[in-house]
Amino acid sequence: MARLIADIFHAAFDNDWLRAGNDQSAFDVAQGRMVMTTDGYVVSPLSFPGGDIGLLAVNGTINDIAMAGARPLYMSTSFIIEEGFSLAELQRIAQSMGFASRAAGVPIITGDTKVVERGKADGLFISTACVGVAPEGVELSGDKARPGDVVLLSGSIGDHGVAVMSRRQNLSFDSDVLSDTAALHELVAAMMAAGGASIKAMRDPTRGGLAATLNEIAHQSRVGASIDEAAIPVKPQVAAACELLGLDPLNVANEGKLVAIVAPEAAESILGAMRAHPLGADAARIGEIVADDRCFVQMKTVFGGARIVDWLSGEQLPRIC
Amino acid sequence: MKHLDEYRDGEVARGVAAHIAKEAQPDRVYSFMEFCGGHTHAISRYGIEDLLPENIRLIHGPGCPVCVLPIGRIDEAIELAKRADVALCVYGDLMRVPGSNGASLTKAKAQGADIRMVYSTLEAINIAESEPEREIVFFAIGFETTTPPTAMAIRLAQKKRLENFSVFCNHVLTPAAMRKILEASDPQAVPLEGFIGPAHVSTVIGTAPYGVFAREFHKPIVIAGFEPLDVLQAILMLVRQVNEGRAEVENEYIRAVTEDGNRIAQGEIIDIFELRESFEWRGLGEIPRSALRLREAYRDYDAEKRFPVEKRFARDNPACECGAILRGVKHPRDCKLFGAACTPETPMGACMVSSEGSCAAYWAYGRFRALRQRAAE
Repeated sequence: MARLIADIFHAAFDNDWLRAGNDQSAFDVAQGRMVMTTDGYVVSPLSFPGGDIGLLAVNGTINDIAMAGARPLYMSTSFIIEEGFSLAELQRIAQSMGFASRAAGVPIITGDTKVVERGKADGLFISTACVGVAPEGVELSGDKARPGDVVLLSGSIGDHGVAVMSRRQNLSFDSDVLSDTAALHELVAAMMAAGGASIKAMRDPTRGGLAATLNEIAHQSRVGASIDEAAIPVKPQVAAACELLGLDPLNVANEGKLVAIVAPEAAESILGAMRAHPLGADAARIGEIVADDRCFVQMKTVFGGARIVDWLSGEQLPRIC
Repeated sequence: MKHLDEYRDGEVARGVAAHIAKEAQPDRVYSFMEFCGGHTHAISRYGIEDLLPENIRLIHGPGCPVCVLPIGRIDEAIELAKRADVALCVYGDLMRVPGSNGASLTKAKAQGADIRMVYSTLEAINIAESEPEREIVFFAIGFETTTPPTAMAIRLAQKKRLENFSVFCNHVLTPAAMRKILEASDPQAVPLEGFIGPAHVSTVIGTAPYGVFAREFHKPIVIAGFEPLDVLQAILMLVRQVNEGRAEVENEYIRAVTEDGNRIAQGEIIDIFELRESFEWRGLGEIPRSALRLREAYRDYDAEKRFPVEKRFARDNPACECGAILRGVKHPRDCKLFGAACTPETPMGACMVSSEGSCAAYWAYGRFRALRQRAAE
């Protein structure tokens, strides 16, 4: 059994490190600052339009490194598998991970698997870690936003959450919305080249959506934000699905988008670099950072009025990323 | 998609707002109550108040069925859910409404009660069908919009000969609440010049039932859709009625509402339900002939008959202003608990828990105004 599982992963990820067959893998330390991240993936359902938990796990982890302005180097992954989980499905997910890993140029060099009794894990839990390297002097952080900085968004919001919801048991509806899961490190590299010194912070708006990310940064930096609803790209199908479900796209998870807080003088050139990259074709300037002790994120509505954009309290839906 | 864009068009909105500003007489104050929770939500979410002149005030009314449900009924529902044989099916909003002593359906669920969140009555029927060994009780709340789906569920249960499905009925009636508001002689109450009438309730009951209020109390009522342009247009129509001294029922939501309403739905409701002599409404007190229960012929589907629970009469937290807020007498920012002890994370009253509640809407979209106001005082 353990062999079977090991074979599935080794075949899917296949590289020199794994072939050596050790419990650990070694690599030379690159020049610059090392950056490390870890993540867990408990998405339900495991598979949804545009992707599966495997793609999410690789892309999402790579993105955490990329958001530091760093280049992702190597990944590890561990699996908690519920007894009785379909081996065919496990294979599909492993293949997805291998595919995403090769596409991104970030090999999975070590891993672990455990099987637990039926009922002790919801099918499959994936845990990952990734190391990367940031050039000297690059220290992006959520507490560096300052009044006057510009807020950039790399593309449409709500795609991933709606794609997952369209497959959840109680909410199935016909839709051609695909998850936007994507590894963003090359988009980030283009942005860093265009104006890395002017980028204060970057974050990918996953669970909690754009609203959560903007509020997190506002609170970390002790500032407010003023954004323009009309400038935020939302695909019509996503808007429609959200209307149907009574959800606000601002609160819906994304897996292939980023928010960047940049100094105003560099905003145009960084935006240009984003739009020149396929993953940033719909990039937009959505607002700016303002002075505000209360750390409110305020939005001018398409209607012309004003409202707050707040965190949602409580989960809208469990486990969509 | 066009529908969504067209009814939220900023340009058109500014045009309607300009008309309102021009036609609102500067020496008058226009206070309009929007009765429906969906309108409260739309007004806050789109910042509609920002487009209105200072002398037009929107007062939020008791149109949120979760908000007007008395604490005692939540306590009774929790009792029902604790029964080993019962699976209680509830709409999401109800899960976190505080009952007595900090209890809630969410907490009861965490302690082991079988409580299932459902999106529609049909789901509850499906559960009853697939789990014949469980007693499925559907916690029915709402104004006339949600009563027909409950009626249809009971019909389906009949057709499928289900013996394990029943309804804990808390459906309430819009006209009764409007009458209570209009008759109230609360010295703190803001005199109302008119109502923005409920949207989907009116698709069911039609516009005819509102005529009596317009005539008896001489207040204009404009039925409005939920899109922000609908609300703005309705406000313009109300301003015109007030200026011209008219008190009529007008329908802005002509694309969905007719004078007669949905006759089939009305027929089903009359067949299955009857009026309770009286029902307690949070914030409004006892209102006669304002709520529904199942008729004797449908006793098999009446959870209160199948599983008698002790009637609970619980007091609200004395500092909680939900009652006054529901009557339109106070604003969320007037409540000492708002933003302090009472937040969406730690709600003290229903107005904060329900997404249609005034306090929740204000917290989510407009509390920067409250703090701006406090700073100015």
